[in-house]
Amino acid sequence: MAWEWHRPLEARQLTLAVLSFVLVTIGGLVLLIPPYFLQGEITTVPGVKPYTALEQEGRDLYVREGCYLCHSQQIRPFKTETDRYGPYSLAGESIYDRPFQFGSRRIGPDLARVGGKYPDSWHWLHLRNPREIETRSNMPAFAFLEETPLDTSTTQRKLEVLRWLGSPYSDRELEHAVADARAQMATIADGLRSGGMALSDVQAQSEAIALIAYLQHLGRDLGPYAIPLKTAQVEEGR
Amino acid sequence: MAVVRGFALSALIWGLVGMLVGLVIALQLVWPELNFGPLHFGRIRPVHTNAVIFGFTLGVVFAGSYYAVQRLCRVRLFSDALSRIHLWMWNGIIAAAAVTLLLGKTTSKEYAELEWPLDLAVVVMWVIYGINFFGTIAKRRVPQMYVALWFWMSAILTVAMLYVFNNLEFPVSAFKSYSLYSGVHDANIQWWYGHNAVGFVLTVPILGLMYYFLPKQAGRPIYSHRLSILHFWSLIFIYIWAGPHHLIYSPLPDWAQSLGTVFSLMLILPSWGGMLNGLLTLRGSWDKVRTDPLLKMFVVGLTFYGMSTFEGPMMAVKTVNSLSHFTNWTIGHVHSGALGWVALTCFATLYYMIPRLWHTTLWSVRLAEAHFWVATLGIVTYVTPMWISGVTQGLMWRAVNPDGSLTYTFIETVGAIRIYDMIRAAGGALFLTGVILMFINVIRTIQQGSPAVPAEHARLVPGAAPAAAGR
Repeated sequence: MAWEWHRPLEARQLTLAVLSFVLVTIGGLVLLIPPYFLQGEITTVPGVKPYTALEQEGRDLYVREGCYLCHSQQIRPFKTETDRYGPYSLAGESIYDRPFQFGSRRIGPDLARVGGKYPDSWHWLHLRNPREIETRSNMPAFAFLEETPLDTSTTQRKLEVLRWLGSPYSDRELEHAVADARAQMATIADGLRSGGMALSDVQAQSEAIALIAYLQHLGRDLGPYAIPLKTAQVEEGR
Repeated sequence: MAVVRGFALSALIWGLVGMLVGLVIALQLVWPELNFGPLHFGRIRPVHTNAVIFGFTLGVVFAGSYYAVQRLCRVRLFSDALSRIHLWMWNGIIAAAAVTLLLGKTTSKEYAELEWPLDLAVVVMWVIYGINFFGTIAKRRVPQMYVALWFWMSAILTVAMLYVFNNLEFPVSAFKSYSLYSGVHDANIQWWYGHNAVGFVLTVPILGLMYYFLPKQAGRPIYSHRLSILHFWSLIFIYIWAGPHHLIYSPLPDWAQSLGTVFSLMLILPSWGGMLNGLLTLRGSWDKVRTDPLLKMFVVGLTFYGMSTFEGPMMAVKTVNSLSHFTNWTIGHVHSGALGWVALTCFATLYYMIPRLWHTTLWSVRLAEAHFWVATLGIVTYVTPMWISGVTQGLMWRAVNPDGSLTYTFIETVGAIRIYDMIRAAGGALFLTGVILMFINVIRTIQQGSPAVPAEHARLVPGAAPAAAGR
């Protein structure tokens, strides 16, 4: 009944364990190592730049709040997807993404090219309470983000680590990381204020501003393909 | 055995917590008003997945493997001290995971969300488990190692490899780090890990439980040793290749996606071999299934295993994946495996062990029977609406008008699946009800039993391990 040739193996713990481990490493090696050497497979996309200090902080907030659990950032090469979200995602677009944020579900729409699709004021109101803009939305309200000041105590350190890992930040960008972040915040806050939003000083330096900076960057590195701002789509929420 | 009791009870409590949290997030999707500030879906969902996978399931695996290894090898565990450290470290890590995840300390890699200090703790705990488990087998008094032990040994080694390589990250501060990999490479390694977390946490060690506890409960040897050999080697070899099926139509190189699809399809064979090996073990004793809720759980568990290991490969085919990916179908698929196969097998394992660990009999077999039926009804009520809503989403996203324009806005697809999300929550509530029934049953069982070996049996248990080989 039993295969006799296998029986000695069943009595040798080390051999069985090592053999089983060797077997599982094969698939891992084949899948994980070659992509690093087949650089041709990952097309470099001109125009793709690392995130600014503020955008990177916003990205870390996107990660912190688990946005990827409802929003993908990966447009598939189907006409219905490119019609809805824009050009399909390229490998070269995410080379500075640590961690990647492709996501695995679309409880909400894909965000790979949401940058520039809506004005900052739309995001500001939408983050505060999505149902103010779209009554059928089931997205949580992120009002607490605009009441929480952005913590920039590790901003410079973050860019340093990212440069060490491969993002080509200049010395100037590292030294001025916090100042750059503050300046970009002020620009966004001023824009919101001139658009009629009443922002307190706390709100003007809040996490919500950083998150908006990140969202507005998404998908805009692809210069020639950049999606023009379509305010007409605002009320449609697609 | 005190440690096995500790693992069994902790697992049940984490299961209760994790499934309750699951119900909460299901309700949040229907009624977004149930998100309270930072306590929203995005932060709570990882608490659900970590609590049920690493709290409940791993807890039962630790309990079951420690219970069985002593009986299969006829020795006590390698080290009582390591066993205790293992138990407390694991409970501490799960509790710390819940707290840090709610605080937003996450790497965002699904099922590997914990930040670097906890990752280090997990590695230490896993090494302790490995030393204790391998050490126990090393001093065994039975020369042959039963198949369940192969599955557990393979799971320990493979999970160690997966966990370490997927979590390589560079710390920025105490609870923030950046992945050593970026973009597509990061995605590739994450789903190599993520898929095999399903494989080597939710499948391989659960098969170990099945191979030991099903024959014990049925009072019959496993159907075929030859099939066990085939099942083991082919399953572990093929499983590891299938990760890229999570990245179909992504920017991952096509050859890698295709490898993922091909190996996913091949995976049907070992999976079904294992299912048949379990089901055919009951050959000649199917009458016992009529009266025994534990066997019912094993049988329905294996059936769900067979079903979801057929569904999974189908979803890895590009054509199907283009419809199913990003939809609720994935969640339905996961839960037919997680509730149907993993949880039912874990319940049966706990029902088997707990009365024996407290030297008594189960307080109420009828209550366990009720648990089985409520759970099964819950799974069907959960999975069916998820299939329907998943296909609905997929079809609505791709629907076009005669002029080629998109038929639906995204928000219309959100409204269309709301009713199914409600039914799903009801299914989850039913499943949770079953666990509450189990909890009552376990508490009563413990109350009527005692951790101490009854005096009249003491002479039979020199090593506190009743003799029992698994075949």
